[in-house]
Amino acid sequence: MSKILIIAEHNGITLHPNTAKCVACATGIAGAEIHVGVFAADGAAIAAQAAKLAGVARVRVVNNPANAHALAAVIAPQVVALAAGYSHVFGASSTFGKDLTPRVAALLGVGQLSDIMVAINATTFRRPIYAGNAIVTVEVPANETMVATVRTASFQPVEESGSAAVENVALDAKIPTHTRFVSVSAAKAGRPDLATAARVVSGGRALGSAENFNILYKLADKLSAGVGASRAAVDAGYAANDMQVGQTGKIIAPELYMAFGISGAIQHLTGIKDARTIVAVNKDSEAPIFEIADIGLVGDLFQIVPELEKLLS
Amino acid sequence: MKRILVGIKRVVDYNVRVRVKPDGTGVMTDGVKMSINPFDEIALEEALRIKEKGGAEEVVVLSIGSTDCQQQLRTALAMGADRALHVQTAATLEPLVVAKIFTKLLDREQAFLCIVGKQAIDDDCNQVGQMIAALWDRPQAMFASKVEINGDKATVTREVDAGLEVLEIDLPAVISSDLRLNEPRYVKLPDIMKAKKKPLETLDPAALGVELKVTGKITRFESPPQRTKGVMVKSAQELIDALKARGVLA
Ligand SMILES: Cc1cc2nc3c(=O)[nH]c(=O)nc-3n(C[C@H](O)[C@H](O)[C@H](O)COP(=O)(O)OP(=O)(O)OC[C@H]3O[C@@H](n4cnc5c(N)ncnc54)[C@H](O)[C@@H]3O)c2cc1C
Ligand SMILES: Nc1ncnc2c1ncn2[C@@H]1O[C@H](COP(=O)(O)O)[C@@H](O)[C@H]1O
Repeated sequence: MSKILIIAEHNGITLHPNTAKCVACATGIAGAEIHVGVFAADGAAIAAQAAKLAGVARVRVVNNPANAHALAAVIAPQVVALAAGYSHVFGASSTFGKDLTPRVAALLGVGQLSDIMVAINATTFRRPIYAGNAIVTVEVPANETMVATVRTASFQPVEESGSAAVENVALDAKIPTHTRFVSVSAAKAGRPDLATAARVVSGGRALGSAENFNILYKLADKLSAGVGASRAAVDAGYAANDMQVGQTGKIIAPELYMAFGISGAIQHLTGIKDARTIVAVNKDSEAPIFEIADIGLVGDLFQIVPELEKLLS
Repeated sequence: MKRILVGIKRVVDYNVRVRVKPDGTGVMTDGVKMSINPFDEIALEEALRIKEKGGAEEVVVLSIGSTDCQQQLRTALAMGADRALHVQTAATLEPLVVAKIFTKLLDREQAFLCIVGKQAIDDDCNQVGQMIAALWDRPQAMFASKVEINGDKATVTREVDAGLEVLEIDLPAVISSDLRLNEPRYVKLPDIMKAKKKPLETLDPAALGVELKVTGKITRFESPPQRTKGVMVKSAQELIDALKARGVLA
């Protein structure tokens, strides 16, 4: 029988919705027993949230002051120590999961599958390659621990209707001191998180400046939307790095995605393919983004964005 | 000698729209343009800048794969790498095997820094750097957008979901490059000529003692479901109406 360990993602206070999405992926494996591992300085509050996730049988908490910041080199040996007896170890396809999970796999001496979209059964999975231009079905051996990251855009979080047992675990793991946390940019208050927002308004190179991005923020406020950007807009300094949507940025699946002045390069489209409704506004009627947009409008964004904002007021 | 080892993967060029073969056995790669993985150009550029600032004495590039990889290694030498290593194999390569080969060569070369791309744009794995760090038992600073070497330490700014994270790591260490680490230089014609004379060593994976094991067997390739072209509207008002009709806006 499958026994799956999911590595909780959190900021020390709240459990990230990615964890509930990993659980959703794991429930695709029939009959699996699902546990969540919480690695924290003090994981009690996180564990209480994880215990509510439907389908989770047990939450295992590893408290250690070294876990105050999520450093892959620090957490990986603890995950390895906790992973004994599990058939699968899953993390999310967030920067946290992508940083940590391959280190865990290599320490266990096994490979990893990245970005699983579907768990067909305990040994058969589907994942995208080539910026999502091909989907492969992969079979992994049943006699090795299967380590994977879960493509969060492919799953809805499970409900919070459970009540799993919570236990504290003391581990014997050698924790390195060669990696030290210095700082992290402060969380942005007030705006929905791009990765989980139900609506996202996004801007491209056409915005022309960081200042001009303000018209998108105003529109986003009217829609309670998160704000994203193309790589070109981020490279040019119009938007922050963490706003990049795409193959090598964030892969998102909002209900509504509105692209303003974004041409629709393959790398960008990879990040939005799972959006329910895609809207594109571009002054070039030939822009590739129109090939995949559900609603397209040819025009100047500098005229249309303020109009939309007014109509939504 | 203070040495940096940089990963150079040969991949389908990022401008190519990759298609699945009709029989589902793979993707069509015949005759398509091949390039250095874009993240690896950034990794190499960073290594060259560290060397130019006096932080390293030699930049060695490594590619694992078919004989054709030597084209990308020559380009890397033309960009400014001092020496190239080619581990020649036609086998399917998984990140763990690639990481094992890197680790062997990091030890052989006594490198103090390994820089790889954050992700190869063909397999989209984003694993090799983290795995090298695990096997080498050294720090990792993945998705770097800024690197400062200070003696036997490095301060690295990383692109994370929350924004930017700064780590201090002891060297030797593994760093993976994100898009905004730097802008790679262009190769000039005289450099291409000079690169032909730079050393390129070919190695056999068996001689390194690494078994080319494949654990994830791909049984099928499929095209992703296609989104179909939707409707075109003519004004902001019509756009709002269309969103309401779809139930997206109340
Ligand atoms: C390794 C690699 C990884 C990459 N990863 C990503 C990624 O994760 N995400 C990503 O987005 N890109 C990524 N890219 C870059 C991608 O290839 C494109 O270069 C980028 O997406 C283009 O951004 P853009 O659409 O904003 O700019 P452009 O392609 O320049 O398009 C600007 C658009 O704005 C329109 N426009 C101009 N003025 C107006 C106006 N006034 N009103 C309305 N429309 C207007 C133009 O018609 C044009 O279509 C990657 C590239 C590489 C090589
Ligand atoms: N066959 C290879 N040869 C050289 N470097 C590689 C190879 N495969 C992966 N790498 C390096 O590892 C990085 C991450 O690859 P991946 O984990 O496969 O996405 C790449 O950007 C390269 O720098």
